[in-house]
Order: sequence, then structure tokens, then C-alpha cells
Amino acid sequence: MTSWLLLGATEGGLFDLDATLPLMAVQVVLLTFILNALFFRPVGRVVEEREGYITTSRAEAKQKLAQVERLEADLREQLKEARKATQQLIQEAEQDSEKLYREALATATAEANASREAARREIDAQRESALGQLKGDAEKLGDLIVDRLLAAK
Amino acid sequence: MGFLPLALPFAELEVGQHLYWQLGNLKIHGQVFLSSWVVIGALLAFVLVGSRKMERDPRGMQNLLEFLWDYIRDLAREQIGEKAYRDWLPFIGTLFLFIFVCNWGGALVPWKLIHLPEGELGAPTADINTTVALALLVSLAYFYAGLSRKGFRYFEYYVEPTPIMLPFKIIEDFTKPLSLSFRLFGNILADELVVAVLAFLVPLLVPLPAMFLGLFTSAIQALIFATLAGNYIGEAVHEEHH
Repeated sequence: MTSWLLLGATEGGLFDLDATLPLMAVQVVLLTFILNALFFRPVGRVVEEREGYITTSRAEAKQKLAQVERLEADLREQLKEARKATQQLIQEAEQDSEKLYREALATATAEANASREAARREIDAQRESALGQLKGDAEKLGDLIVDRLLAAK
Repeated sequence: MGFLPLALPFAELEVGQHLYWQLGNLKIHGQVFLSSWVVIGALLAFVLVGSRKMERDPRGMQNLLEFLWDYIRDLAREQIGEKAYRDWLPFIGTLFLFIFVCNWGGALVPWKLIHLPEGELGAPTADINTTVALALLVSLAYFYAGLSRKGFRYFEYYVEPTPIMLPFKIIEDFTKPLSLSFRLFGNILADELVVAVLAFLVPLLVPLPAMFLGLFTSAIQALIFATLAGNYIGEAVHEEHH
């Protein structure tokens, strides 16, 4: 068993250091360059490109979101103003129509009053004249009666 | 190892035996390179397939790759700091992935089916050469990181907060690679040995819990190695605020 652990005294053994060492070192260095060209550089480029892509898209998305929020607030403001304007318009229209209605009503009432007054005045005048005529006729008739009675006597 | 008569073909213990390849007058451990090429091939195939058609909306394997990348980035960023982690992300990530696939490859691939004339295939990280190589790379990396970022002001680190710290900090430069390499080596080798011994004694079912534990420690060791490497680099590039 101890012959396993020959320390390089003779050929063989566990600790037999020879030209394998530098050749293996050269091999590993070569492997480093090959892997760098085949693996580390291309994969690193892809991964970092993706990371950059994600970062920029995220920033863009954030920017767009901010823009959308700003636009939304803007539109909300506009909508509010439009609502207010509409309300005012409606109120004004209502007031206008009310005023028109009142005016029309007032003129109509005044006209009606005036025509009623005129009619009454005319009626009065006609009654007056009719009464006058009646009175004259009655007096004439009375005179006639008196004259006839007196003449018969 | 014929000291037990009941040696099953898939549960043989061979420790400290290597398949030697001769390279000029240098010797290297063939089995370590063979298995490391297999796991590196698997890793590269996975990465190639996963990163073939990458899109902004990830699909299929791309998700897994991105998850891994994200995990490694968090690890590196946490250890090294926001300013310098980008330069060291590939290094930390390669350490993590390489150690991870080595450890799991050693545990999950049925290496025993492939017969070598000498030695056996297994996790490349169960060989001291691999772990020392990785640990020395980490040492070089943090020296380079500190010197390139701060110039010679890097050595202020050795006398902060007081000059009394100087010998300890110098000793640390040696203990860091030592502990890094031996921690990884010891854990992976011990795991392989435990599984091998259990499989050798009771081939069925009994080694399973040890295997699961091995998978767990393998992942943890990869994470520890990468985290400590990042931590050392982070210490080296850290700017004191006076």
C-alpha cells in the first residue's frame, strides 16, 4: 500500500510531477481563450443586450405611462370644464325661455286687458247712446200719448 | 493489483500507475490527457450546440448556457468586485467549467470499459499534475491582475495593514497554490478511491450513496476552486481606501 505514495523517487506514484503539468496548464489557457470566444463573449453579449433592452423598454414604458396619466388628467380637466359650460348653457337657456315666457305672458295679458277695456268702453258708450235714444224715444212717445189724450178730450 | 483474488474487471484498483507517453525526453501522463480531451470535447460540443442560434428570446440550450453564464458572472462579480471582474470572468468561468466537467466526467463516464495498457482513465483532476497546473495558473493570474492594475503599488498589499504582515503574506503566496491544488486533488482522488473500494468489495448498490456524495463533492470542489481563484484575484486588485 505504501508503494502507492511514492514521492516521485521512481517512476509512477501519486505525486509524480512531470511534463503533464505545463502541458495541462497550456491546455487550460487555450481552453480559456476558446471558451471566451465561443461562450463567454457571445452569451455575455446576448444577455447584456437583453438587459439593456429590458431597461430601455421599461424606461420607455414608464415614460409612456406618465404621458398617458398626464393626458388623462388633461382630458378629465377638459371634460369637467365642458360639463360646467353645458350646465351654464342649460341654465342660461332656461332663464331665457322663462324670460320670454313671462314677456309673452305679460304682453298677452296687457293686450287682453286693453281689448277688454276697449270693449267695455264701447259697450258703455253704446249703452249710453242706446239709453239716450231710448230716453228720447220715451219722451217723444210720452209727448205723443199726452198729445193724443189731450186731443181726444 | 492482484492482492485480492476476487478482482472484478470493472472494480480494479490502480493507483499511482500512469500510461506514459514519451515526448522528446519528457514524460507525460497519457491517461490524463485522454480523459481531459474527452471532457473538453464534451464541454466544447455543449457550448457550440447551445450558442449556435442565439436569440433575444432564449430557447432550449441557450437557457442553460445563459444560466451558467449568469451564475459565473455573479460568482466573479462577488469575488473580484464590480470594477475588474469583466477581465477575469472567462478565466474564472473556464476554471469552474473545466474542473466541473472533469470531476463529473470522472464520476459519470464508464471509463473502465476502455482498457489501457497501463494506468486507468478517470477524472483528470484526480492527477496531481492537473491540479497543480490549475493552482499555478491561479497564482500567475492574481500576480498578473495585481501588477497590471496597480503596477508596483501591488506590493503595498504585502505590508498592509502593518509591515508585520510581510512574512505571512509571503508565505501565503506559497500556501495558496498548495492548498488549492491539494484540496482538489485529495477530494477527487479520495472520492474515486472510495467508490472504487466499495465497488471492489460490494459491487452492487452499496457504492451508490458514495457515488452520489461524490457527485456532490465534485460540484462543490469546482465551485470552491473557482470562488477561491476569484477571491485571490479580487484581493490582488482591491484598492485600499486611504
